[in-house]
Amino acid sequence: MRAKQAVNDFVVKFANVNGTGSASANSLFAKSIFRMGIPVSPRNIFPSNIQGLPTWYEVRVSHKGYLGRRGGVDLMVCVNPQSMERDVKDVEPGGYFLYDSTKPIDPRLVRDDINYLGLPLTEICLREYTDARQRLLFKNMIYVGALSALLEIEFQVLKDLISDQFKGKEKLVSPNIHALELGHHYAMKHFECPLGIRVKRGGDIAPHMSGVDHILMDGNTATGLGAVYGGATVMAWYPITPSTSVAEAFERYCTRMRIDPGTGQKNYAVVQAEDELSAIGMVIGAAWNGARSFTATSGPGLSLMGEFLGLAYFAEIPTVLVDVQRAGPSTGMPTRTQQSDILAAAYASHGDTKHVLLFPATPAECFSLTVNAFDLAERLQTPVIMLTDLELGMNDCMSPPLEFDDAYRFDRGKVLDGEALDKLQSRFGRYLDVDGDGITYRTLPGAHPTKGAFTTRGTSRDDYAIYTEDGDAYVRNMDRLLLKFETAKRYVPAPKIKPAAQPTRIGTLFFGTTASPAYEALEILEEEGYAIDALRLRAFPFTREVEQFIDEHDTIFVIEQNRDGQMRRLLLNESNCATREKLVSVVNYDGLPITARHIAGHIRSRLGGANVTDIAQKRSSSGRTMA
Amino acid sequence: MTYQRPNFRHPDAPTNPLGYTRRDYEGSISTLCAGCGHDSISAAIIEACFGLPLEPHRIAKLSGIGCSSKTPAYFLGRSHGFNSVHGRMPSVATGASLANNELVYIGVSGDGDSASIGMGQFAHVVRRNLNMTYIVENNGCYGLTKGQDSATADRGSKSKKGASNPYEAIDLASLAIQLGATFVARSFSGDRHQLVPLIQAALSHKGFALLDVMSPCVTFNNHTGSTKSYVHVRDHIDPAPVDFVPIRDEIKASYEAGTTFEVRMHDGSVVRLHKDSGQEYDIEDPQAALRAIAEHEQAGRTLTGLLYIDKDAPDLHKVLGTSPRPLNSMQEKDLCPGSKMLDSINAGLR
Ligand SMILES: Cc1ncc(C[n+]2csc(CCOP(=O)(O)OP(=O)(O)O)c2C)c(N)n1
Ligand code: SF4
Ligand SMILES: [Mg+2]
Repeated sequence: MRAKQAVNDFVVKFANVNGTGSASANSLFAKSIFRMGIPVSPRNIFPSNIQGLPTWYEVRVSHKGYLGRRGGVDLMVCVNPQSMERDVKDVEPGGYFLYDSTKPIDPRLVRDDINYLGLPLTEICLREYTDARQRLLFKNMIYVGALSALLEIEFQVLKDLISDQFKGKEKLVSPNIHALELGHHYAMKHFECPLGIRVKRGGDIAPHMSGVDHILMDGNTATGLGAVYGGATVMAWYPITPSTSVAEAFERYCTRMRIDPGTGQKNYAVVQAEDELSAIGMVIGAAWNGARSFTATSGPGLSLMGEFLGLAYFAEIPTVLVDVQRAGPSTGMPTRTQQSDILAAAYASHGDTKHVLLFPATPAECFSLTVNAFDLAERLQTPVIMLTDLELGMNDCMSPPLEFDDAYRFDRGKVLDGEALDKLQSRFGRYLDVDGDGITYRTLPGAHPTKGAFTTRGTSRDDYAIYTEDGDAYVRNMDRLLLKFETAKRYVPAPKIKPAAQPTRIGTLFFGTTASPAYEALEILEEEGYAIDALRLRAFPFTREVEQFIDEHDTIFVIEQNRDGQMRRLLLNESNCATREKLVSVVNYDGLPITARHIAGHIRSRLGGANVTDIAQKRSSSGRTMA
Repeated sequence: MTYQRPNFRHPDAPTNPLGYTRRDYEGSISTLCAGCGHDSISAAIIEACFGLPLEPHRIAKLSGIGCSSKTPAYFLGRSHGFNSVHGRMPSVATGASLANNELVYIGVSGDGDSASIGMGQFAHVVRRNLNMTYIVENNGCYGLTKGQDSATADRGSKSKKGASNPYEAIDLASLAIQLGATFVARSFSGDRHQLVPLIQAALSHKGFALLDVMSPCVTFNNHTGSTKSYVHVRDHIDPAPVDFVPIRDEIKASYEAGTTFEVRMHDGSVVRLHKDSGQEYDIEDPQAALRAIAEHEQAGRTLTGLLYIDKDAPDLHKVLGTSPRPLNSMQEKDLCPGSKMLDSINAGLR
């Protein structure tokens, strides 16, 4: 039978039962490949449940550095009889199926186009261990050990990782290594090692992946850390998957880095609020009082925060919110990924509102854009919503290292302190547009004994913050808010543009976790001769560069992970150059990350043969080989 | 509309020890209905702050939505105010307090704002023991939306159209005691002699201080048959007198031995209660307080005064262990761990 042959380019999927400790073994597996310098992207596909249901862990190994989900499975490690039937079907022809062979496999599950690897996991555990808990936990380490033989993962790397993991709990090191060895020995003895698919240090790795000193980190941890570096002092939240780990990471880093070692006093406050309304209320109260504050939530929480976001927009209070998106509407698929809160976030709350949005694509960017979010919120005195998703937030992603410049200073925006108020000759007007950019000066409570006090309100007011129902004053204020949103375009991060090898009128536009698979799809299409420019959006409102890109292309594929093409709609609404004819939707919304295959398929079928140049000719004319 | 007062200052206006006149504690002119109980509460707040005294600009006023929640515009014009959204003032106050523990926080709410839409936030701000004075201007109805029954309307109380309220009333004072409030008082907007010292005591309390103040709505709930009308409230309260002695004043008045008892607050001021008018119980005992409130109610009466106090419970800042330096004053050097630390974090992720 044909067996798949591939070095550093395959997908392994683990089928486990949740609550059985498989997560740490599986991530050990992924991390060992990462430590060998080979690009890897692991992802959890898990149920909204604590124990007993099927859960999967998919690891893509890609020497080209493709970090998006590929789709298809080359090696299935099936430790869950519950899902075996469907797991067998997922293996691509020529692939491998590793299963617990303690009991013989159901003959109905035997396909003749894949290779079976029977590993008697339960039997080994029963023989080796007496304790039930150990039998359960070490089972995971045994299959990782077997995989190290089958895929030629360097055993020393695994051992080092175990030592790192159990630093301080050295007693646990040798039993874990022993379990790995059990699997390794079994595989060496009973299988032909290595398989056709395997890893190899230094094997044909794309230069952009081998040159940089990558880290492996989940986006939520990076976001929480970004808030520490961004100077957040107040964080209020209400638990919700997949955003919970943002709050937890912030608090964890604060306990390490924000407690005075002498006094034990904390330079931060974290409150687990009674709900999301309260969480955002606390954030707004703290921001009003001059502290950098933020909350993290997911779709249902964003819906609840609507009224308060309108207040923060209208009363002009710097508010930072991180929305780690999941599949909606309603409770939807709470442990699956989507980019489906775009419109809800952009226009959150009743009345005419618009909010600044940020779209990070990597953990490094989760970190830097979170820092940036606080500057933007204070500079613009308005809510800033950073939209990530479960795919980025909860999975370990290979990312360039986090960067921080020690020369960085908070941009606190236009705040008049006591001294400035003292010098102020004219009457202080909280909503008086002195500079003509729509951004007015604010004062903080307690700043001055006689000057600068005003009442913040969600009702209409004049330039001096005095309540008014005068239509003209209301319109002037609303128009100024619009002007401020124009000004925002000067401050928000510009998109990243990647031109095709030759001039083209076809483009793609995408953001966040759609970026990796989109770039991959473009490389596939480039190989086929398609020339397509790419724009990775990083913020709303849309900057000049976005407008120009739309203007310079006839067809733009807007790639995103929701049913309705929400970013396309936002572009049609808010960009001066976008038209229905130009913008073509490419969407995926089944709750799993969009794949390059899916994107390339859509674009290919839409373009047909148009735009394809003969590759040989192109290669010689551009003098450039495809990476 | 908000009407601004003319900026005129009487040359002989009396000043408090900080050098401020009463005028420095006033706000803009009220636009509430003439005779509304809420205006008397605003006047009592002005009096209390002037008398304590507090520096006006070191106070922050927060409110939700309602006629009552509008009132912060009508007192303490030199303080920052935040008229937030309906029922959510507690969360805004919580955030504000976390950002700066040095200001004095006064929250104003209504019975609709606190006992209906804001019940969740009310309960949680109580149990967090946020250091603030929380005044519910309780008129048994939704004034601003034209008089619908609120959740504090007594069962059987009649609406203006004569309909009898079929639902049980929520008593915010009892509820607050059950939820662990550390200062609970009840008063009446028409009883300034009791209300002013109670507000002063609340402002001196380090923790959550609830003042449930009956405050009649003259437009929608002041008719015969309403249990929140001026006449009814006046006829049915059992006021326990309260004196507040600020830190600076030595105790001058002398009382017959055994007729009063005193609570010494953490800032050194003293709250003195009189052992008559049915308040013989130990006000530091929550069960006794609840019993006393219930007994009066069963007799068709309402006990007013300081109902319960626990002056030693840690407030939210203490519970969280936050720095005594206000968080909003911290700079990059206090907050950013720097690139070296980040390098070591990066290293741990390889
Ligand atoms: C979310 C929301 N729902 C409803 C309203 C309308 N509304 C404004 S004030 C109010 C009731 C206020 O009652 P209360 O708090 O008792 O204040 P009062 O006017 O009696 O002083 C209501 C329902 C609102 N502003 N916001
Ligand atoms: S409607 Fe009632 S509560 Fe509102 S201002 Fe008039 S009297 Fe006061
Ligand atoms: Mg009311």
